[in-house]
Amino acid sequence: MKRHIKTLVAGSKPRLGGCGECQASCQSACKTSCTVGNQSCKQVK
Amino acid sequence: MVHLFCLRGEKLAFDPVSGSLHQLDEAAWRVLSLLLEGKDPRAEGKELEEACREVEELRSEGLLFTPDHFSSLYEPPPFAPKSLCLMVAQACNLRCSYCFAGEGDYGAAGIMPEEVARAAVDFLLESAGPRRAVEIDFFGGEPLLNFPVVVATVRYGKQRARELGKEISFTLTTNAVLLDEEKERFLLEEEVNLVLSLDGRPEVHDRFRRFPDGTGSYQRVLPNIRRCYQNWASRPRSSYCYLRGTFTRMNLDFSRDFKHLVEQGFRHISLEPVVAPPSAPHALREEDLPRLLAEYEELLSEYLERWRRGEEVYFFHFELDPAGGPCLNKRLTGCGAGFSYVAVDVKGDLYPCHQFVGKEEFRLGSLKEGLTRPDLVDEFRHAHIYRKTPCSSCWARFLCGGGCHAAAYFTNDSLLKPYSLGCALMRRRLECALYALAHKKAWVLSNSPKAI
Repeated sequence: MKRHIKTLVAGSKPRLGGCGECQASCQSACKTSCTVGNQSCKQVK
Repeated sequence: MVHLFCLRGEKLAFDPVSGSLHQLDEAAWRVLSLLLEGKDPRAEGKELEEACREVEELRSEGLLFTPDHFSSLYEPPPFAPKSLCLMVAQACNLRCSYCFAGEGDYGAAGIMPEEVARAAVDFLLESAGPRRAVEIDFFGGEPLLNFPVVVATVRYGKQRARELGKEISFTLTTNAVLLDEEKERFLLEEEVNLVLSLDGRPEVHDRFRRFPDGTGSYQRVLPNIRRCYQNWASRPRSSYCYLRGTFTRMNLDFSRDFKHLVEQGFRHISLEPVVAPPSAPHALREEDLPRLLAEYEELLSEYLERWRRGEEVYFFHFELDPAGGPCLNKRLTGCGAGFSYVAVDVKGDLYPCHQFVGKEEFRLGSLKEGLTRPDLVDEFRHAHIYRKTPCSSCWARFLCGGGCHAAAYFTNDSLLKPYSLGCALMRRRLECALYALAHKKAWVLSNSPKAI
């Protein structure tokens, strides 16, 4: 148990390769300031 | 690299490569700050020893200072669009004075004929190659001005996709002026994703989003948007429906617009910074940045308060998916404009994305001729984060994807020089999103975050 650091989110490295099936950013709700962090991989879900 | 930041009185550390987020006490913050300055924290005395050990443990577990070895592994993807933006109507029934599309016509007004839309569907299904999922976004202008072509395209697209063993999904962005019950029924039954334009408070919305006679559109569109959103929300859902607003320097207090939309009963909201030439009076300026960054924090407070009360409210840019996010290629190339995503104008000409439509120097080819500018496609393929100086060392690179190509080009005349104001807003949104992610998770587990 750490006393000084609490891990809130233990992430994982981006997956190499990939199927290329994820949604295009511009299909999402922003239209002008796209991002990728809030996209979900269909294979993981 | 590790990104240290303070938010709502908490000290936090984000490890960009592993995507891990840590809450720090004063000693751990000091240790990490010294390490980032290239200093040895153990030289500070015994009081930091325990925090040093914890940092080293996390480093060995791959949760802090994770090295980035991805740059040598990256291969730009080929030109293979899997997503099209169809400009079904380069015309609009509103005259929004902040519109990046020249009030909707992109300099060449017109309506897309059905044969162009069908050719676009065929192009998409052929160019997608082995990919199973393809997407079409109905955009404009106002796409409901050409609703018969929207209907025909959805039907034709689904039929062709079925025949080829592929999945096709649709999105439609509308100002909702013409969104009557009949159109709504079709869109919901066909599970078309919807982006409904509403800027927030009535006076904010009506300042820019006006009819040709100058009257505001808020009172006209709100009932349509409310009915459509409620009907969407009451159905079992595989599509999404988001309200999307624009903020400008005329409403730097846009957290109040978020609050207004929530109070109207909407739970899926996106508010975006305006795209405008720097000379425009409503354009955001560098001097606005402190206010804008503070405003995101204000919005975060409102958002978290709703979640704390058990209300599920979604702000598009705060919804990170750390465990199930996209693969590396997607993270490095962002939106994929120009090679996995292209826009088709009313004549069937191809452009890297909707923001480049009508700019002749960005015309990639056409549905008839095919690709005529492979050199331009290559520019987009290679505009990834390891070629953009500020991005390659930015902590936000795997969540941002390098930012908007159009914004980079229109502000700095280069795809490789990101729009710096946009970067600053993106980083603050991501800090807020990381914070929200950690705290929502804690509440969902009925384990309120405690100070350490």
